[in-house]
Amino acid sequence: MTETQSPDTSSEAHVPASTRGLGNWLDSRTGYRALIQSALYERVPGGARWRYVWGSTLVFAFMTQVVTGLVLWASYSASAQTAWESVYFIQYEMTGGWLLRGIHHVMAQAMIVLLALHVMQVVIDGAYRAPREVNFWLGLVLMTLVLGMALTGYLLPWDQKGYWATRVATNLAGLVPLIGPSIQQLVVGGPDYGHHTLTRFFALHAGFLPATLVLFLVLHLSLFRKHGLHAKQPITQPDAMFWPDQVLKDAVAMLAVMAVVLGVILLPALRAILAGEPIVSGHLGAELGAPADPSEPYAAARPEWYFLFLFQFLKVFEGWGATGEFLGAIVVPGATLGVMFLMPILGQWKLGHRFNVLFTIAILAGAGLLTAMAVHEDYYALWADRSAFADVEKVLDSTGGDSEKIAAALGHDKKKIADFENRRHKLESIRRSEAFLSAVKQAGRDADRAVELAGRPEKIPPTGALSLVRSDPLTQGPRLFAQHCASCHAHVDPSVKGVEREFAKGSAANLFEFGGESWVRGLLDPKQVASAAYFGNTAHSEGDMVSFVSEDFADKEVWKQADKEAVVFALVEEAGLLKGTENTKLVKRGRELIADTDRCGSCHPYGENETELGYAPDLNGWGSTEWVVGIITDPTHQRFYPDTNDRMPRFGVASEGGLPALTSEQIELISRWLRGSWYRPAASEKPGAAAGHP
Amino acid sequence: MTAESHQEPADEKTKRRSFLTGALAILCGGLATVPPFGAALWSFFDPLRRSSGAATFLPLTDLTNVPADGQPRQFPVIADRVDAWTGFKAEPIGAVYVKRDEGSDRVEALSATCPHAGCFVELDKAAGCFRCPCHNSSFTLDGGIVAPSPSPRSMDSLECEVSKSGAVSVKWQNFYSGTEEKVARK
Ligand code: FES
Repeated sequence: MTETQSPDTSSEAHVPASTRGLGNWLDSRTGYRALIQSALYERVPGGARWRYVWGSTLVFAFMTQVVTGLVLWASYSASAQTAWESVYFIQYEMTGGWLLRGIHHVMAQAMIVLLALHVMQVVIDGAYRAPREVNFWLGLVLMTLVLGMALTGYLLPWDQKGYWATRVATNLAGLVPLIGPSIQQLVVGGPDYGHHTLTRFFALHAGFLPATLVLFLVLHLSLFRKHGLHAKQPITQPDAMFWPDQVLKDAVAMLAVMAVVLGVILLPALRAILAGEPIVSGHLGAELGAPADPSEPYAAARPEWYFLFLFQFLKVFEGWGATGEFLGAIVVPGATLGVMFLMPILGQWKLGHRFNVLFTIAILAGAGLLTAMAVHEDYYALWADRSAFADVEKVLDSTGGDSEKIAAALGHDKKKIADFENRRHKLESIRRSEAFLSAVKQAGRDADRAVELAGRPEKIPPTGALSLVRSDPLTQGPRLFAQHCASCHAHVDPSVKGVEREFAKGSAANLFEFGGESWVRGLLDPKQVASAAYFGNTAHSEGDMVSFVSEDFADKEVWKQADKEAVVFALVEEAGLLKGTENTKLVKRGRELIADTDRCGSCHPYGENETELGYAPDLNGWGSTEWVVGIITDPTHQRFYPDTNDRMPRFGVASEGGLPALTSEQIELISRWLRGSWYRPAASEKPGAAAGHP
Repeated sequence: MTAESHQEPADEKTKRRSFLTGALAILCGGLATVPPFGAALWSFFDPLRRSSGAATFLPLTDLTNVPADGQPRQFPVIADRVDAWTGFKAEPIGAVYVKRDEGSDRVEALSATCPHAGCFVELDKAAGCFRCPCHNSSFTLDGGIVAPSPSPRSMDSLECEVSKSGAVSVKWQNFYSGTEEKVARK
């Protein structure tokens, strides 16, 4: 290389001779100057332009993923009992882990956007045409690899979101004719999802795919250099060198990409600052859902946003069964990719090029439209006004949805019926959207709770975070209650307005804060005991307890106010729910009164009294976890209602050879939830509490 | 090079411009890489922030299990252990040799971790000494170094406590290996 050929070697003049000596030595051994020379002094026909930056930003994005990914790798553990746990640790306990994971997560999404821009620029500019066909094909392979990395990365945290999305994706892969099931089983690492799904996805995500990607990237770049940059016509500016003008544009674009990525990560922090809330660094960057649980339905399951169009696209083929899915998930995307592979050949003709451009724009616009549709459907309830459909709901309620009856209710008016059907569809969309939104909310609550449990000082047991969640009364209690108890029992705060309607629907007592002071007060309140919140809708509504409370207990001669109070506190103490110490003195008196065979003790066995079991529930340990477990297990047990049990199933008793409706663990979870006994972090243990307010 | 400095000012201007452009490009590109590298380094060095916590006395055994015969006996050290995200309940976390000399009430404990490079030192009953299987360091039954030895110091003694009821507990600690000085790990 001679001086005249290199446009900018003047900087060497400022370098001290000794360094130059070293530089010369290194250059003679490596030829690095020529290398840098050829890397930097690539001719850019028509000068630097912004439209050429996309390829460089993609390389930058990929390098970012490599750097952050390697360090994530250093802390990640791929197994069903440690994946979620290690990601939790990265996100919530490792210094800067949230930022590291956040950058990796958001940059992955940025990469998809940049990819779309790059493809668009190449197609619109016709840069795929001869002699650059092969490079275009290499680019398509790179695109597929990037999408593959996005897909495999989504599973790695092993949270509900990733787990269910991956189940869907792998099941769709199974639809490929002949080899589908084998592909699926290979990817999943066996017939079922577990350790090997994670190890395989991880190996794909961090090994096979990036290694292949690097290989293709090298080919892609060297072919790019071989053919030179394809300039957008017409060229109006003089040619320039890659360095420094195009490099500056590229660098500015990279910086912009990084700024956007950081912005996405830090935006919630800004919002928190503006709202005066504490910033929890663990909540920034990438989300972490509740640990994956194959036994827990997840109605909020959606793929990552850039695959949402495919998800929505499948709905087009709804009702076609497996063929539809095969078409939507494999044939159409495959055909699209096929057309793209043909582009360089089609592009030889002017019309072909026009087709390619239109096709690319149509695909991107279609994907955009489908994405918008998916979002619109999911979030419809946020802007749709459900109350405007009250009349439709009324008709549906009264007719039970029967079309004959609806027609009759609308006076067989065709126009009215058509209008009704139309609005009924809208109402259904709102309901579906509401269900989705509440599932998302629930998922958020479950995730927060899982993180709260994982942050206990005892940390996560070796069996993994899922076992923590499964044995958490706060998580499981409401679910089990809704499934097994709520058809009869309400669980609503009685002080809420209009709650009576809720009680009226049930056929058994409201169990909100069962065993607590206000529940006991209500039970012993003549006005309430026979209401729907207690015995009103049960066979006991005219039983001895109701008449006792409304007659004897209300008699001020027999029951002094202080004694009544004492009974309340003694019962709450039995349940182990007495708060504070100011009422403990009363408890002793209350216990005597309960045991007294002239009072409560005439029916209820308690303490030393010799009242027999079987007539009225045993009050020893009344309302305690053990007591509640007992009554749920078998309400017809001698301790409870052997003869007068009103329709309550024996949840813990199995018929011969069968399984009980609830396991003893589940019964214990319900009991502990009803009594409000679950783990609560001390104020100082809450994540981010240090950054909190006074 | 000297020829260049005599060129026209217009050329100087382009040169300056292209120098500035280059500098700006390097600045922007450099800035763009700060967040990923910063986050990567920040989290990569997280382990340096972690410590095993203050050494505490852990219950080991009962005095009756340590007869006053001058013979060391091996006991596991049981404690709750946290490994990153996992909390283990009552797990063996190490081993100690405990002995009581004849006619003595004093209980002595030696860590089974070799001060040379951390192997598990074994008790060679026949030879009446401790021996490390890794590089053959030998120690007396009191833990004293037997020269010549790869180990730079004697076996690490641990503080012991015997309660009135006879419960033996030991202050469990790890020490840096390979040093002459016995320095506890934090
Ligand atoms: S580790 Fe024990 S002798 Fe080297």
